[in-house]
Amino acid sequence: MDVMVPNTFKVQKFIKETHDTFTIELKSLETKNGFTFEPGQFNMIYIFGIGEIPISISGDPNKSGILVHTTRAVGTVTKEMAKLKKDDIVGIRGPFGRPWPIKEAIGSDVLLVAGGIGLAPLRPVIYHLLSNREYYGRIILLYGARTPQDILYRKELEKLRSRLDIDIIVTVDRAVKNWTGNVGVVTTLIPRAPFDPINTIAMICGPEIMMRYTIVELLKRGLSKENIYVSMERNMKCGVGFCGHCQYGTEFICKDGPVFSFKEIEHLFGKREI
Amino acid sequence: MKIIDIQEIDNLISLLREMNYLVVGPTIQNGAIIYSQITTSKDLPIGYTDDQSPGRYRLIKDKKESYFNYVVGPQSWKKFLYPAIQKLYTAYFKNNKLEIEREENPTTKYAFIGVRSCEINAIEIQDRIFFGGEYQNSRYKGLRKNCFIVAVNCSKANSNCFCTSMNTGPEVKSGFDLVLTEVINNSHHFFLIDSGSEKGEEVLSKLNTREPDKESLELGNKVIEETKKQITKQLETEDLKDILLRSLESPVYDEVSKRCLACGNCTMVCPTCFCMTVEDYTDFFKTKAERIQKWDSCFTLEYSYIHGGSVRVTTGSRYRQWLTHKLASWHEQFGTSGCVGCGRCITWCPVGIDITEEATKVRRIAEFQTTSMEEI
Amino acid sequence: METLEKILVNHPFVQGLAPEHVQLIVGCAKNVVFEPGKYLFRENEQANSFYIIRTGKVAIEVYSPEVGSIIIQTLGEGDILGWSWLIPPYQWRFDARAVELTRVIELDGTCLRNKCENDPALGYEFMKRLANVFEQRLDAMRIQLLDLYGKK
Ligand SMILES: Cc1cc2nc3c(=O)[nH]c(=O)nc-3n(C[C@H](O)[C@H](O)[C@H](O)COP(=O)(O)OP(=O)(O)OC[C@H]3O[C@@H](n4cnc5c(N)ncnc54)[C@H](O)[C@@H]3O)c2cc1C
Ligand code: SF4
Ligand code: SF4
Ligand code: FES
Repeated sequence: MDVMVPNTFKVQKFIKETHDTFTIELKSLETKNGFTFEPGQFNMIYIFGIGEIPISISGDPNKSGILVHTTRAVGTVTKEMAKLKKDDIVGIRGPFGRPWPIKEAIGSDVLLVAGGIGLAPLRPVIYHLLSNREYYGRIILLYGARTPQDILYRKELEKLRSRLDIDIIVTVDRAVKNWTGNVGVVTTLIPRAPFDPINTIAMICGPEIMMRYTIVELLKRGLSKENIYVSMERNMKCGVGFCGHCQYGTEFICKDGPVFSFKEIEHLFGKREI
Repeated sequence: MKIIDIQEIDNLISLLREMNYLVVGPTIQNGAIIYSQITTSKDLPIGYTDDQSPGRYRLIKDKKESYFNYVVGPQSWKKFLYPAIQKLYTAYFKNNKLEIEREENPTTKYAFIGVRSCEINAIEIQDRIFFGGEYQNSRYKGLRKNCFIVAVNCSKANSNCFCTSMNTGPEVKSGFDLVLTEVINNSHHFFLIDSGSEKGEEVLSKLNTREPDKESLELGNKVIEETKKQITKQLETEDLKDILLRSLESPVYDEVSKRCLACGNCTMVCPTCFCMTVEDYTDFFKTKAERIQKWDSCFTLEYSYIHGGSVRVTTGSRYRQWLTHKLASWHEQFGTSGCVGCGRCITWCPVGIDITEEATKVRRIAEFQTTSMEEI
Repeated sequence: METLEKILVNHPFVQGLAPEHVQLIVGCAKNVVFEPGKYLFRENEQANSFYIIRTGKVAIEVYSPEVGSIIIQTLGEGDILGWSWLIPPYQWRFDARAVELTRVIELDGTCLRNKCENDPALGYEFMKRLANVFEQRLDAMRIQLLDLYGKK
C-alpha cells in the first residue's frame, strides 16, 4: 500500500445540484469492502491528466457501499470533474483528516452552521446525528446560500424540515419577490437560534470570513471556544503530511485537521497570510 | 577505534562496491563540492578546501593534501534518499478506462562517504517526516534502510556553520556505520576509524587497520576541538520556538521582504526541507500520464494557492513561513528543530540573508517589547 | 393594556427596561396584524411608526423596474423594524411586506419622540438599544456586501 497512489473508482451516478455544483456517487473498482469514513474526512480525487484535489466526503457514513462527493466547479480540476458521467473512472486516495467532533457532541445540542458549498462537508454529520438521534440534544442547521437557486441539496433539506427533531433555518444573501424564506447573512440567524449555549457543540463550515463572523456571534451567545469547531482549507498536494503545502501555523491541515476547535487555532485565525 | 592509512580509503570504496553499494561521495563539479558517484579516492576533492560567507562560496587550494578539509556544499544526501524528481505512478487512459501502475520502489543501496555530523542529524530529521508517523513513504524508507553511512568528523568549520548552537556537531556521535577522523600532522596523514553498527564493524574487520597509540587518539580529539573553536556563528535557541510563534506579526518580516528575492534557494539547499508538489505529465494523445513528484518551495506563489488566490502573497509572509517552520513549527510537528545549523541557506542565499540574524532580530524585538511593557 | 405590557416586556428589544419606562412606551403602543402579502409601509410614505415584531416574517424590499422587487433582508420574531420615524424628514426608504401572517406591536412615532424628549433617561436608553440594532444590521450588511459564496 502506498498512500500516494490512488485506487480507481467508477462513477455510478452524476447529479447536478445547482448551476455550479454537482454530486458524484462512486464505487470502488478494486475492492468490494466498501469505503468507510468519518464525517469531516476528505479524499484526494485524481482526474486523469489534470490533477488531484482535496474534496470532503458528503455521503452517509453508515452506507459504505457508495462514496459520495459534492463539488463546486471553480477551476481546472473541478471544472473537469463537472464533465464526468456515469461509468467514468477517477482515482481516489483517502479518507484523510480528523473528523467533526461527533463523539464529543454526545449529550449536547448540536449547531451546524454552513455557508455555500460548506454544507457538503457537514452533510455526513447530519446523517450521523439523525441515525443516532437519541444521543444528541437539539439539532439545528443554519445554512446560508447566495441566492435561492444556490441552495444545495434543496429537496433533501425540504424533506428534513418536515421532521420534528431537527431545526433547519435557511437564509440567502439576495432574493427576489417570490422567495418566502429568509434574506440576510447566516450570522444574523445565530442570536435567536434555539440552542443552549452552555451545552452546545457548534460545527462551522464555509468561507473563512463567514466562519470568522459566525464565531463572533457564537461567542456573544456564550459558547466556549473549545465547543466551536471549524473546517479549514489550504492548498493540499498529499493529504498525509508529506508535501508541506497545507501548513497553518504549526498545524498540518491534512492530518491535524481539517477540523479544528477554535481554541486550537484562535491565535492564527484571522491573522494575515498564515 | 582503529587507524587506517590514507591509501586504505581506496580499499574501503572497493569493499563497499563489492558489497553492491553504489558509492557516492564528495567530488568537484562546477567549482563546488558535489555529492556524486566515486570509484576511487582520486575522485575526492583532495587538496581543496572551501571559503564560505553569506552569499559567497569559493573552492580554494588547501595547504595540505587533505581529503575532507572542507565543509558542506550546495547539495546534501537528500538528493539520493529523497530525489528532487520521482515518478509515483503512470496512469493509462484507454477506452474510457483508467488504470494506475505504481512505480516500483527504487532499490539502490547507497554508501555515503564523508557524511558530516549535521548531515546525519538532517537525515534523521527527514526519517521522522517520512516514516516516523502514521503514514510511511516507502520509497524513502527503503533507500534509507539500505544505505551505509561513512561519516567524517569535521576538521574545519566555515563562518556560516552553527551546529554547536543546534547541538548537531561538529563531532559525529551516532547514526553512522563507520566514522573517520582525518589527522594531518607534520609527516603523519592517517584516519582514525570507528564503527557504529554491525554492518560497519563487518566492513571495518576487512580493512587493514592498526591499533592507535595514545598520541594518535589525542591528535584525533584535537581535530574536533580545533574545529569547535572555529565556529563563531551562534543562534540562541532558548525559548526561541515560543518567541517566534508569538511574533508572527514582527516587523522583521516586512524588512526581510525588501531584500529577499523569494528565489527559494534556501529551501533547495536545506538538507531537511521536504516540501514537494505533484504534477501530471501527459503524452500527446492523452492516453498516458506520469505522476511526478518534485521538490517544491514555500517561497513560490503557487505553493499556497487556493481557488481565488494565494494565501501568502507578500515575500515577508513567505519568509516568515520558512523561518518559523524551521525553527518553531517543526518542534511541534516532529519533536525536533528543522534546522541543523549547516549554514547552507546562508551561503547560497544570493543576497546573503542569514537565518540566525533574522531569528535574533525577531527575538530582540519581542524581548524589548516585553520589558518595555513591564516598565509601563 | 395589561396584555400589551406583558408582550412588550418579553420582547428582546424591551427586555430589562425600567418598569416606569415600559409604562411610558405602552402608552404609544397598539397591536396590529398583517396578512401575508400586505405592506407594513411603502417607500416615500410618511414614517410615523416603530414596529416590534412578535411573530411572522417581514421582507424589506426595493423595487427596480428591471428586476422587480429585490429583497434586501427579512426580519422576524424578536426583531424591530423602522427608524425613519426618528430621523427627519420622517419618510420610509424601503417597502416592508409581510411574507407570513405577521403580528407586531406598533408604536406611534410622534408619541415616542415626545416621550423621549421629555424623559432623557428613557431617550438615552431607547437610543442605546437602537444603536445596538444599527450595529448588528450594519455588520450584517457589510458581510452581505462581501458576497462570500459568489464567484471569485
Ligand atoms: C479539506 C478540504 C475539503 C474540501 N472539500 C470540498 C468539497 O467538499 N467540495 C468542494 O467543492 N470543494 C472542496 N474543497 C475545495 C477544493 O479543494 C478546491 O475548490 C479545489 O482544489 C479547486 O481546484 P481547481 O483545480 O478546480 O481550482 P483552480 O483554482 O484551478 O486551482 C488550481 C490548483 O490549485 C490547487 N488548489 C486550488 N484550490 C485549492 C484548495 N482549496 N485546496 C487545495 N488545493 C487547491 C489545486 O492543486 C488545483 O488543482 C475542499 C478543500 C479542502 C482543503
Ligand atoms: S535552515 Fe539553513 S542552516 Fe538550518 S539546516 Fe536548513 S540550510 Fe542548514
Ligand atoms: S532567503 Fe535568500 S535564498 Fe531564501 S528565498 Fe530569500 S533570497 Fe532566496
Ligand atoms: S496536504 Fe501535504 S502536508 Fe498536508
